Amino acid sequence: MCLPAAVRGLLDEACRPVKVLVTGASSLIGGGVATSLVRRGESVVTFQRRVVPGLTDLPIEQLTGDIRDRDALSGAAEGCDAIVHLAAKVGVAGTWEEYRSVNVDGTANVVAVAARQGIARVVHVSSPSVAHGGEPIIGGLADPPVLGRKRAWYPESKALAEIDALAAASDSLGLVAIRPHLVWGPGDTQLVGRIVERARANRLALVGGGRALVDTTYIDNAIEALIAALDSVAPDAACSGRAYVISNGEPRPIRELVAGICRAGGVPFEPRNVSLRAGQTIGSIIERVWPLVRRGAEPPLTRFVAEQLGTAHWFDPRPAKDDLRWSPSVSIDEGLTRLERWYRQEASAVDQP
Amino acid sequence: MYGYRIGAQYEFHRNRLVTESPAWAPDLPSADDWKRWGIDQSWSRLIDVPSYDTASHRWHVLDTGKVRETPALGTVLCIHGNPTWSYAWASFLRRFGGEYRVVAVDQLGMGYSERVSRRRYADRVRDLDDVIRTLDIDADSPLILAAHDWGGAVAMGWAVENTERVAGMILCNTGIGVPEGRSAPGIIRLAASAPLLDFVCRGTPTFVEGTVRLSGKRMTKIEREAFRAPYKSAPSRAAIADFVDDIPLSVGHPSELALADVAGRLGNVTVPVLLAWGSKDPVFNDDFAADLAARIPNTTLQRFPEANHLVMVEADVASIADTWLTDLVRGRTTGAGLTDVPDSGQDRSASLWADLAERRFDNETAFVDLATGDSMTFAELLRRVDAVASDLIRRGLRPGDHVAMLTPPGVDLVAAVYGVWRAGGVTVVADRGLGLRALGVAVRSVRPKWVIGPKKALAAAAAMRWAPRAKRLNVADLVAATPGELPELPSVSDPAAVLFTSGATGPAKGVRYLHGQLAAQRDALAMAYGITKSDRLVAAFAPFALYGPALGVPTALPNCDVTKPSELTAVALDEACRRLDATMAFASPSALANVVATADGNGPLSGIGALRVLFSAGAPVPAETLHAVAKIAPAASLHTPYGMTEALPVADIDLDQIDRAEVDDPVGGVCVGLPVEGAHVRIVALNFDADTLPDELQTGETGEILVDAPWVSEGYLGLWATERAARPPSRGLSDHGTGAERWHRTGDVGHVDAEGRLWVEGRAIHVISSSNGPITSVPIERLVERELDLARVSAVGIGPFGQQQLVVVLEESDADVGLASPELAARVRDVVTEPVASVLSLKHAPVDIRHNAKIDRVAVAAWASDVLAGRRSRPPR
Repeated sequence: MCLPAAVRGLLDEACRPVKVLVTGASSLIGGGVATSLVRRGESVVTFQRRVVPGLTDLPIEQLTGDIRDRDALSGAAEGCDAIVHLAAKVGVAGTWEEYRSVNVDGTANVVAVAARQGIARVVHVSSPSVAHGGEPIIGGLADPPVLGRKRAWYPESKALAEIDALAAASDSLGLVAIRPHLVWGPGDTQLVGRIVERARANRLALVGGGRALVDTTYIDNAIEALIAALDSVAPDAACSGRAYVISNGEPRPIRELVAGICRAGGVPFEPRNVSLRAGQTIGSIIERVWPLVRRGAEPPLTRFVAEQLGTAHWFDPRPAKDDLRWSPSVSIDEGLTRLERWYRQEASAVDQP
Repeated sequence: MYGYRIGAQYEFHRNRLVTESPAWAPDLPSADDWKRWGIDQSWSRLIDVPSYDTASHRWHVLDTGKVRETPALGTVLCIHGNPTWSYAWASFLRRFGGEYRVVAVDQLGMGYSERVSRRRYADRVRDLDDVIRTLDIDADSPLILAAHDWGGAVAMGWAVENTERVAGMILCNTGIGVPEGRSAPGIIRLAASAPLLDFVCRGTPTFVEGTVRLSGKRMTKIEREAFRAPYKSAPSRAAIADFVDDIPLSVGHPSELALADVAGRLGNVTVPVLLAWGSKDPVFNDDFAADLAARIPNTTLQRFPEANHLVMVEADVASIADTWLTDLVRGRTTGAGLTDVPDSGQDRSASLWADLAERRFDNETAFVDLATGDSMTFAELLRRVDAVASDLIRRGLRPGDHVAMLTPPGVDLVAAVYGVWRAGGVTVVADRGLGLRALGVAVRSVRPKWVIGPKKALAAAAAMRWAPRAKRLNVADLVAATPGELPELPSVSDPAAVLFTSGATGPAKGVRYLHGQLAAQRDALAMAYGITKSDRLVAAFAPFALYGPALGVPTALPNCDVTKPSELTAVALDEACRRLDATMAFASPSALANVVATADGNGPLSGIGALRVLFSAGAPVPAETLHAVAKIAPAASLHTPYGMTEALPVADIDLDQIDRAEVDDPVGGVCVGLPVEGAHVRIVALNFDADTLPDELQTGETGEILVDAPWVSEGYLGLWATERAARPPSRGLSDHGTGAERWHRTGDVGHVDAEGRLWVEGRAIHVISSSNGPITSVPIERLVERELDLARVSAVGIGPFGQQQLVVVLEESDADVGLASPELAARVRDVVTEPVASVLSLKHAPVDIRHNAKIDRVAVAAWASDVLAGRRSRPPR
């Protein structure tokens, strides 16, 4: 077969595996993104503080370093075509300076490196909490981030980071911010792990009876959404410079979801009830007192968490569907089935050493 | 001499001031004020207007002309009343100031315009002419005048002189003269009385304050502040007193003749005029609207029953005006009652009397009321009808007069209704089921000229001031009158009746019927059920008793309180059937349920057993009830017509077909059968914009149900916008070959199946608008009811339009209110194919009386929405 050299060059270019930098691959979702990309034939570099044991069996180039170290990050991004930026400091324990430097400066580093190296496709992983002021969200959109919170360093720093990142989108830099809403699934220690652990210890409490309708995202859907965002984003794409909330689009009363997770985890579901107002008050007190007595550990309840669990927050699925050409493939019920299967395998793995 | 000199000097000085008119420099609102009031500051400007009386006056106007980018569709010139200013038109400026040049002027002496010496009505009309000349209004596009209160009289004064320049008018709570039969309102008389005038209007802000306070909570604090702003000092209020003083309350008043002259020439204003009326106005009430409608040839009325004097502020006049303007500039026919009933072909031209008149000398029983024992023969009925009609004519009834019928169902009501029709009057029938308060609101809104009823009802109506200016007639006197001369029979296009139906929101709506439409309705019923002269009817559903005489068949009312049809017993129904040897009976679903419940132990019910046809109308009837009825009426075919106050019947189904439909499609909704002969049904895309072509849907697709039939009602009374929305343009719909088409939007959703059967899936307002498309409530409810063996289930949507979540609410008397048990939730999710966000339980779901639906879905949805937002919530009642 004889093709003109120019055409062959274009074909080679188009078929060449894309090289993607994934920051923060130690998280469940980050590791999932790296794995999925490799599986579909792309070459993947990850960048996080420590080697991720779960990824060592895969052909993934793991580089270690601090996201705040621009030079190290720059080296990791060498030769990459795209970046999925997940590295962040999460939770509620820590000083403002820690959150700011990792989340705001770290994101600024990603944007700067992309700009300098001509990387035209960046997915910035943000959080729905950046726009959440505590009031119910009913069929909401990815509203602009709000600033000026007190003590809630995570959403505050993520809000600053998202504002800066989206402002960097340009004719030469395609950048989209994705806000996955309450991600859960097998292996998730943040939500599922804590619920199961508390239920087992009989310390499970639901704010406001758990009636609030809440959107969540099954882990596989979140991973697929980030990859869809990576495939969609480009300097001239509709999604560039914009933020999208990602969820299953199946809001459920939080009580039903928690009950489902307990059932999957094989633990009793006997929650105590905390009124929303009490939850807010207790959360506020804990926020103030906790850092004094248990520095570094995660407090059991904060005002922010109480509001997250006590008021409705669910989102319009249409923008992501239209602009990212993505919709969830695993339903809540299917996700719960998979979670139950996973817990059973875990249990049998323990039984048969 | 000394004194004279001083006086002369003073006179000289004053004249100089007036003639030279030093530039008027008002203290205009600040940028912040305008912003707070929602007015674009660039609209506000001062213009010097050459005047007929002096060199020039400086006017303040709010004018969107300057800020517009594209050529305007026309100019809307707005003239405020007393004591307001151009701000009164804020909603007009905002709503369509982009498409139109909207100019609201401050009349001289008012708002921020120049303070001038006293002006009479005629001066004000000339002032308006001056400002219109100066405004440089585009002569090539339509000029529409919008006016309120005194501004209306001024605008009308200019319009009668400039008929060729005015393309249309929007008049809000105004008048040109005191309507016939009433005196000037006391509140105005008081304000205008010499000792109080200056104190109330100028010396203190009482009049300004009183005007804004009339609007109550329908006006915001900021709006109140804006209305007061230009009238803070006594000198600034001088013109307010002048306006009030200009009301010709006494004979020989300087403005009396000028106003009378304009009033007399309003017949020359032949362009469309929209009367947008706040009905609670203590001064310019509905009587003034009716007065103008009588003087101006081409008016349409839109009443706002809850609004007071400042209707443009209190109600959404702007959006209705916008639609009306669009129609006007596009040349689309506006105005109610322009459709004619074609009086050729078919039976639609047949009058309501054709069958009845044949029996003029027939001594067979025409009507019997088993509750009272009263009865009359056809000959007697016709004699009484003639008596009522001729007596009404003698008393001065004119064609088209509204006559409120407060007579309870019975022989007198039948004679009175047909008598009013025969005389050319329009019967106003409101169902007691609306409730007494709503009934009063309904009757009052019609402004009946006459009230007919028994003594007790007349006294009650008088006490409750339902029709303060109507003549009250005792029905007994009317039927006992001596028949005399009668006018010609009304024609098919004459108005016949106003029937009240409950609205989706707000007060009941009056549905207008013409004689031809009522006759067509009778023919449709006769055709659908094969009714002939040899049939005999028992009407346990009172409104249907009135069809008997028109059908020319004997009719009986069973012994039962008509206000409590659900107390109809099997014995009472049977007695009525036996009395007439009845072949047909009409009953409401609740009445049928009670008949079934009381049928046992009463021996054979031979009267019911002999029935050929039994109809149940008013609401869907459970198939189980019909099967039970079939046991006691074995010879009868059981029919349920589908329709609404505006169009009945649309379709019909019998019990066998119901049973078959249940098997054919258990989740299709409620099958109401095939459209009846002469009725046409179309299914169109949901939520279509009444201005665009509705998308007609295919067989099996769910959409809104449109119906056309010769018996579809003419329209609504005093609700131009409602009527327009209910009668979308027929363009784009496949026609049905009968010529004139007039589609009625039923507000119901459903589909037509491959066999042509119509299925109703709920009300359009209850459709759940999910991100995956619309979900209709009834099929889900019926499915869950059947599968979970529950009696009352509702499927509602919560959240914003286009992305609502489906919530299924179960009524379980022994459940905790709130989230349903996990087991029940799982079972619901198993049977419902659409994603269910949540399953809730209620001890009692409220009944929706207004939509004749089992459950008030709107109230349930509001509750579900609160619960699932994590808010405190009280179960709906």
